[in-house]
Parts: sequence; C-alpha cells; structure tokens
Amino acid sequence: MRPFDYVKPADVAAAVRAVATAPGAKFIGGGTNLVDLMREGIETPDTVVDLGGLPLDGVEELPDGGLRIGALVRNSALAADQRVRGRYPMLSQAILSGASAQLRNMATVGGNLLQRTRCPYFYDQAAACNKRAPGSGCDALDGFNRGHAVLGVSEQCIATHPSDMCVALAALDAVVEVESVRGTRRIPVADLHRLPGATPDVEFELAADQLITAVELPPVPVAANSRYRKVRDRASYAFALVSVAAALEVRDGAVTAARLALGGVAAKPWRAREAERLLVGGPASEESFGRAADAELAAATVRPGNAFKVALARATIVATLRDLTHGGSTA
Amino acid sequence: MTEIRMRVNGVVHSLDVEPWVSLLDALRERLGLTGPKKGCDQGACGACTVLADGVRINACLALAVQYADKEITTIEGLAQGGELHPVQQAFIRHDGFQCGYCTSGQICSAVAMLAEHAAGMPSVVSGSAARAELTDAEIRERMSGNLCRCGAYNGILDAIREVATP
Repeated sequence: MRPFDYVKPADVAAAVRAVATAPGAKFIGGGTNLVDLMREGIETPDTVVDLGGLPLDGVEELPDGGLRIGALVRNSALAADQRVRGRYPMLSQAILSGASAQLRNMATVGGNLLQRTRCPYFYDQAAACNKRAPGSGCDALDGFNRGHAVLGVSEQCIATHPSDMCVALAALDAVVEVESVRGTRRIPVADLHRLPGATPDVEFELAADQLITAVELPPVPVAANSRYRKVRDRASYAFALVSVAAALEVRDGAVTAARLALGGVAAKPWRAREAERLLVGGPASEESFGRAADAELAAATVRPGNAFKVALARATIVATLRDLTHGGSTA
Repeated sequence: MTEIRMRVNGVVHSLDVEPWVSLLDALRERLGLTGPKKGCDQGACGACTVLADGVRINACLALAVQYADKEITTIEGLAQGGELHPVQQAFIRHDGFQCGYCTSGQICSAVAMLAEHAAGMPSVVSGSAARAELTDAEIRERMSGNLCRCGAYNGILDAIREVATP
C-alpha cells in the first residue's frame, strides 16, 4: 500500500478543515472499500482522515416522524434498528442483503453511499477503464459484462453502483446532509450519484472536501408495506444482478401509493419514477405491474452478457409488487 | 509511525505501526498471532475474522490504527483456563473442517454470530421478524461471510447448530 499520513480529528469542524487544507486527502469510515482500493493502488490518498472519533453514530427521531441517521452508524446497527424495521422494512432488508455480517459490522452509512463500483475492469490496472483512467477506454463494453448496467449507460462506461442500501434510500426520498468549510448542503440520495455520460470518473455530486454527516429519512407511510428483493448468482454474499426496493398501498384492488427503485442496473440507485406514475391509480394486477415495469425498462441498452437483466428486472418487479399486494412486508 | 495501545486476548500491547498496516498484519507479523489467516486479503473469504469489542470484523480490511484502544479477540483468546470454547469443541466433534485454513475465522465468526442472534440482530432470511429461530437456513445466511473451499459446510453447520440448541 502506498504510504500516507494519518489524522484522527475529534469533531466535524476539524475533519472538514483537515481535507480542505490537503487536496490529496480522503475520509475513511469503516474502510471496507477504501482499504481494498488502496491495497490495489486504485485509491492513492496522501492523507487519510479517520472519522472514527466523530460523534455521528446515532439514529434520532425527527419532529415530522422521520429519522436522522448519523453517517457513522454501522450498517448492521441501522438494519437492526426497530424503528427502521417497523417503518422502513425495505431499508433493513436491503442492508441485510448486502455483503457479510463482518462487513456490515464495519461499514458505515456514509461509506456505503460513497462506495465505488465493483466492475472487475475498474479493479484491474492492466485493463482499459474510463472511470479509473479517463480516456483509456472501457474493456467492459465488449468484455465480461454479465454484471453491468443496462439503464443510463454511455459508450464510456457501463459500471453499476453496487450498494443495496442506496436502492432503498432512493425509493424512500432520503436526503444526505453534507458539511464542508463552505457550509452545509442537503442533497437527495437520488441525485447523489451521477450517470457516467462522458465523465464516468466523476461519480458523485460532491466535492472532495465535503463530508456526509447524516442521512435523513422523511416519513413515508406506504413504506410500512415494503420489501427489498435481490437476485444474485449465489444465495448470499454476492452483488446484485438485479434488485428491487418496493412499497405498495392497495385499496379496493387499486394502487393508491407506490415506491419503486432498482439496483444492479445502473451507475446509480435507479428510482423508477415512470413505473411509479403508471402504477398509482391502476389496478393491483400482474398485468398492470408488468406494463409499469416495461415502461421503466423501455430505455434499456444491453450488451450480449447482460441482456438477460431486462427480463429479470421485469420479473423481479412484478413478483415483488405481487407479494406486497398480498400483504406481508417481511421476507 | 503511530503508537497505539490495543488489548489483545486480555493482554495490553503497545505497538508502533505505520498507518497503512492492516489489523491482520499487526496481529500476525507484530504480535505473532497467526490464528487469523490471510486468505483473500480483500474481504471476500472471512478467514481473517476476529472480534473487536466482541463484534466480528474482517481484520484484512481494517487499518490497525483505526482499532487503537479496542479489545481484540482472536482464535487464540477463546479458550478459558485451558478449556476450549464450546464452539471449538463442537467443531472438533462434528469435523467442522478439513484443511483447517478457514477454521479460526469460522469459529470466531460463529461465536460472534451467536451473540448477535442473542442480541436480536435480524437477517435477510427472517426479514423484519422480531426474533428468528436459528434454523439451518438462518445459520447458513448468518455465516455466509466465511467461505470453506474444502466444503466442510455440513460439519460446520452441525457444530454451530449443536451450540445454538443445547
């Protein structure tokens, strides 16, 4: 690993000052992604700013009935929180679908939001990758692209964002609070990650000196009937081929409220707004769910290796909404 | 160099480590505790699993400096007064290993998994249910962060099930 300086500030003000004065600095939360990337020589910070001393590890009630989640809350702690399990079961299930228990015990909410893609060409220094080395090309386009994106892709990059947690956060309209020496900013999670376009190396709507301090969940009554369904190559401990975070309210056979987001299909957690628009007011039937899924997936751009994802996403959306129609938010 | 203090298996150590030294390397190379294994060194196999303040983590993805002032337990610290931990004994009774390389990680992971379950930690198998029974499906899901390339999973499952349901 390339040597670096190490500092451990005691409060948020000192942490954001530490990066403001050191352009090559990176924050470290749990380290489950950054340590790996540093070992591979993909991340090469001059200074690592350890956030482990900051008081950002609580989950608090908001006056409107929402929750404020500190950026350093461990993934396992958030998944186990009774308020999350009761009000936003899709979020607890999404977190528990990701990684392993060991990794969830280490990983923080802020770090999960900012994790990098698991595209194998991004990790392979010998491969062409516009995200790692802008202008070098993309070996995934005509390579092994079974796991790659089908929505919002560009000719420069078809990498996915690997997080499960973020898919649920996007469906729930969560908002990220960001701190820097220039002040406080609030960014909807749905806007935090960028699509690749011509600059796949720019992944976040976030400057290098900005620190995520909290994630706020608004009250989402429909989310009490929600679930997260993940499809992958083995039963556990694998990244999603396709995942669905969905919430549904049905009255007299008609959909009265819906939330839908997809994982494993894009460089960002994919909020399926077109499908939501078509679902609400329509019948709670498999035909209607299928039409909504088709509309959302109509813009898909596939490669030989990942063309199956369109049919898989459609089937997973329909199955998840069908399960929610018949009640029971638990797996 | 950063000087850190760390309590490992009940003994306080003072260590001078570069900030890029992993917790795994500090345990193995500086303290001579070679129970935690370096399998993949990228968080994919679980052979390096140790407990930090009783919580299971992958020591390969941890910087030692992040764990200053923590209480670390490795496989070497599980036995009490010369008597093996019940999970260690069960692994022996049920042949929960073949080559043994993943075993110290499996056992540390299982010890912490049982504590997590007792504390009410949910899993994706039981969803949002209040308290899950430790069925075989539950144990497999909760232990999925520990791979065994010999395929000794049936013995591992038998050993953990025995300790979970005395």
